Order: sequence, then C-alpha cells, then structure tokens
Amino acid sequence: MKAGVLVFPGSNCDRDLADAFKKAGAQVEMIWHKETALPSGLDVIGVPGGFSFGDYLRCGAIAANSPICRSLVKFAKDGGYVLGICNGFQILTETGLLPGALMQNAGIKFLGKTVTLSVTTTDSAFTCKYRPQQEIDIPIAHHEGNYTVAAEELHALRQEDRIAFTYRDNPNGAIDNIAGVLSQNRRILGMMPHPERAIDDLMGPPDGKPFFAGLVTQFVSA
Amino acid sequence: MKAQVIVRLKEGVLDPQGEAVSHALNGMGYDTVGAVRQGKLIELELSDTDAQTAQNKVKEMCEKLLANTVIESYTVEILT
Repeated sequence: MKAGVLVFPGSNCDRDLADAFKKAGAQVEMIWHKETALPSGLDVIGVPGGFSFGDYLRCGAIAANSPICRSLVKFAKDGGYVLGICNGFQILTETGLLPGALMQNAGIKFLGKTVTLSVTTTDSAFTCKYRPQQEIDIPIAHHEGNYTVAAEELHALRQEDRIAFTYRDNPNGAIDNIAGVLSQNRRILGMMPHPERAIDDLMGPPDGKPFFAGLVTQFVSA
Repeated sequence: MKAQVIVRLKEGVLDPQGEAVSHALNGMGYDTVGAVRQGKLIELELSDTDAQTAQNKVKEMCEKLLANTVIESYTVEILT
C-alpha cells in the first residue's frame, strides 16, 4: 500500500503519521503543500495534525485553499481514501469533504491528554480491526475540537452509521460526543484524537495500532 | 478602495470567548453587561474601481475563505 502525507508550514504530526503508516507496512511519500499534482499510485492520503499556516484566520482554512488540496479533493471525489487527524480533520471540513466544523473547545483551553473513545462503527477501513463499541485510549491535543454540524447533517451521520468515534467523557463540547466522522462513501475519515501517537508500547497503550493495521489490510487483500 | 468585512458566529452558535469576556466584565463591576459576542473585522485594500464589482468579489472571498458559513455569517461594506 502506498500512502501520501501532506505537509503544510506548521504541520507537526506529519512525521508521526508517516511513521505509523510505515510501521503498519505501507510505503510513504511526503507531499509539500505547493505541489499541484499527487504522486502516482497513492491508495491513501493522510492530512496530519499541527497548526497549518499558524491557524491564521481559522484552523485549516488557508491549508484547505492551498494548491495540493485541489488535488486532494479530486482524489477523494474519485473514491480515494483520506485520513485527516486533528488539524487534518479541520482541513477536511474546510474543504467540504466532511460535514460540520470544528469550533473552539467549550472550556476555551487547549487540551493535551489521553482520552477514552468508543468505536461507534466498525464498518470502515479505519475501524474494522476494532470490536463494536470497543473502548480505546487515544491522545488528544487541540484547542478547536468542538465539533458542530447542522441538525439535518447530524441526522444523516447517525442514520448512515457515519460516526466513527465518540468520547466517553466529552472534553471539548463536541455535539453528541463526536470525535470522528466518515464520509458517505466511508473512505474519508476525520478525527480529532491522534491514533498515530498511540502505536508504540513505550508511549502508553498502543490502541492506535489496529487503526493503521485495518487500513493497510484493505489494500493487501484487494 | 477599501472593503470592510465583519465575520460573526451565527446566532445560536455558542461563543465561549464572548461568555468569558462577559464574565470578566461582570467581575470588574460592569454589572449591566449581558451577553457578549466576539467576531472578526477584516479590512482589505482593493485596486478595483467599481464598487459593485468589488462588493461581488469580496462576497465571493467570504464564501470561499474569509468566513466558514457552517458556523459564521458575514457582512461586507465597501468604503470608497
């Protein structure tokens, strides 16, 4: 499997994400934001966490309008797999690939800690290696993780089983405790928590490993 | 000419910063302060000469970049 990881000025989880893909058995190419074309043969594109463009204007807004994101949107619309983590999730909502928006945390504070998530659906490449409703411990590190979405879109997310992860104890005010959502074709996932920071026993429970293992398996069996 | 854009959180969208400012003002003794809403003022210098063209362009900029219309509303004023 070949994964691409986008790199913006201010990305800071790009190498961790690349590492997580590699440890799960994928080849990885880093892609600078000024590129207009994607490398050939990509199966997955990772949009990493960080503070792209210093979070100026709104988190993810400027990155979402960068040259590479036009190719990202096309890749996604052609059925490609896309994973956006933290700032990556914010970027994906700003491009319109995922519904809703990420607002400032309800408590106005930056949150950096490990939280317990519930795997809300296992029907996706990203979550297929977990058990339904399995509780996993994954770190969060964000100031704008308060997910909000219009009532009719929330209804669609629920009806179509597109809520991937929920927080057990809501840390940021997100609507319906939502930590991560899937696109309609289930191939685009955006989430605030950082599974790429939970893949090594030295760093706490490696609950992010099945996440990347599941994703890579999709392409081995295909 | 110049354009002035004001971006606000839509009505009904929780504004934790505004709430914190309101609490702080109340704590300072300004007890007549009720709800506070915080927004953004963006000023653009434009080389356009026609106000209507400028208005249309800035509106497009708001839709594409300056505001996130999922949670924010905006107003555009052209200052000649």
